[in-house]
Amino acid sequence: MNGTNLLKIALRALSNNKMRAFLTMLGIIIGVASVITMIAIGQGSKKSIQEQISEMGSNIIMIHPGGDRRGGVRLDASEMQTLKLEDYQALREECIYLSGISPNVSASGQLISGNNNYPSSISGVGQDYLSIRQLNIEDGEMFTAADIQSSAKVCIIGKTIVDNLFPNGKEPIGQVIRFNQVPFRVIGVLESKGYNSMGQDQDDIVLAPYTTVMKRLLAVTYLQGIFASALSEDMTDYATAEITEILRRQHKLKESDEDDFDIRSQQELSNMLNTTTDLMTTLLACIAGISLVVGGIGIMNIMYVSVTERTKEIGLRMSVGARGIDILAQFLIEAILISITGGLIGVIVGCGASFAVKWIAHWPIFIQPWSVVLSFAVCTITGVFFGWYPAKKAADLDPIEALRYE
Amino acid sequence: MSKNVIELHNIKRDFLVGDETVHALRGISFCITEGEFVTIMGTSGSGKSTLLNTLGCLDTPTSGEYLLDGISVRSMSKPQRAVLRNRKIGFVFQNYNLLPKTTAIENVELPLMYNPEVSAAERRRRSIEALKAVGLGDRLEHKSNQMSGGQMQRVAIARALVNNPAVILADEATGNLDTRTSFEILVLFQKLHAEGRTIIFVTHNPDIAQYSSRNIRLRDGHVVEDTYNQNIMSASKTLSELPKNDDD
Repeated sequence: MNGTNLLKIALRALSNNKMRAFLTMLGIIIGVASVITMIAIGQGSKKSIQEQISEMGSNIIMIHPGGDRRGGVRLDASEMQTLKLEDYQALREECIYLSGISPNVSASGQLISGNNNYPSSISGVGQDYLSIRQLNIEDGEMFTAADIQSSAKVCIIGKTIVDNLFPNGKEPIGQVIRFNQVPFRVIGVLESKGYNSMGQDQDDIVLAPYTTVMKRLLAVTYLQGIFASALSEDMTDYATAEITEILRRQHKLKESDEDDFDIRSQQELSNMLNTTTDLMTTLLACIAGISLVVGGIGIMNIMYVSVTERTKEIGLRMSVGARGIDILAQFLIEAILISITGGLIGVIVGCGASFAVKWIAHWPIFIQPWSVVLSFAVCTITGVFFGWYPAKKAADLDPIEALRYE
Repeated sequence: MSKNVIELHNIKRDFLVGDETVHALRGISFCITEGEFVTIMGTSGSGKSTLLNTLGCLDTPTSGEYLLDGISVRSMSKPQRAVLRNRKIGFVFQNYNLLPKTTAIENVELPLMYNPEVSAAERRRRSIEALKAVGLGDRLEHKSNQMSGGQMQRVAIARALVNNPAVILADEATGNLDTRTSFEILVLFQKLHAEGRTIIFVTHNPDIAQYSSRNIRLRDGHVVEDTYNQNIMSASKTLSELPKNDDD
């Protein structure tokens, strides 16, 4: 007995009972389709959260002074003066895993323009800051390297500042706003980014050259922090290691010394959120997996009935020379055909349902190729697993008894 | 001298029913040579079904030796016996046992499906040949539920012929048919006999014995009578003498 013949026999048996075969398949179809759809929903929300994070700059690395201690008292980061401009320059020159780097110093106070005022803070940054935070200039332009060199009193403001300082629609570019008695000329307006997922207003922002803020506003020589962006999210770890090495060397730390700075990346946040969505995906997949198992039991049930119903046929096949293994193979192939066909239809239905969810409910959807492969593999294994017992039962029938069966 | 197709040497078959041992066959010995048309008769409980199962390699004797076409069957495993049935034996059953919703030709192809040496084209060619031999050359694609009892039994006979077996075993092959159709089937068996086929026909109908070349009678697991029929009646002659059916 060769495979082609077995396949022919199994196909014929199935086509003789189309309705039953279809109903049996339905269990598998629903199982596979729900696994794919559920994982697509789970992965879709994971992806949309990741996108939100990367909008903030997923590869952002923040360096703050830290770990310093004087006489057992931990100091607030802003009081520490360990992060210097030289550190920034060293990082800028030596780091190969960074796509951008900017110092960060900020001062808070009241912004005044004409008879409007608004409490905010001004960030002294470098030119890379825009690309690191994924900010775009909507109107006007970014300050230049020359502005940084000369500590020019220029600034770029966000939408919230524009709305509060220029409420009657006055063109802000070219206007002068005062911040703690220092006048700044507005040279650019940032594109609105709205609130981030933490509820912070991302448009409440004033950017000025860091040299200006350091010299003219704060009169300090140290940095409050350094912002950098890794080449990609995956490179964040390498970049972090590289920065650590350079800063330790810059600060002349001994092997036994603790880091006197603190590096954080968005990856930590994204990892945390990923854990949550992965948990949700797993839960959804488990529920869907249960329906796949129920579908498998459906196959077993039908195959079992089918074996009983076709006892006489099995007896006949044995009498004309089918060996036990031929009968086993026939029923197993029938079960696998049902599950594979059901699996294929399930994949199509699952993908269709995923897109339907996307169109109708506007949920983010992402069909994972591995979820398709996985559910398909699982349903084939289900077919073999649940088809085995009835097939074995058929193969073990005594031909004399089977022929006499009514 | 033609060769022995079947040799039985002191075949015994015991069944254990509860605590009791039932002796279905109590020592049966006979030989059947190539080309014989043997009827095996006996009342129910005489052991003829057990004997048929043994001859058909569906069952193995408790003791004794059975040679089918020179091959010893007793020591064979189940799969080996299945292959032996496939190559050496053709079964014809009382209730036809055709596959439901399946065409005549597919039913006839069935034994060859289990023989990997026969290609699909060869299988079809031989099936058509067998169906023509039983007079159903024009009903190849008819489904089993679209045929009369006589036609179904012809398909079953074609199925028994298709693997060119050493012996055809018929179990009450005319039991479910009316008189006229029964004789038509008998005519067919006599035709096959004339072509040199070995046929064993198990029946409880004493009339059929007149159309065979040899008659073995069983009682309580013993052979009580084994006679050669010197005066074989022609089934086709009997058929022509039967009154015509009204609906013919």
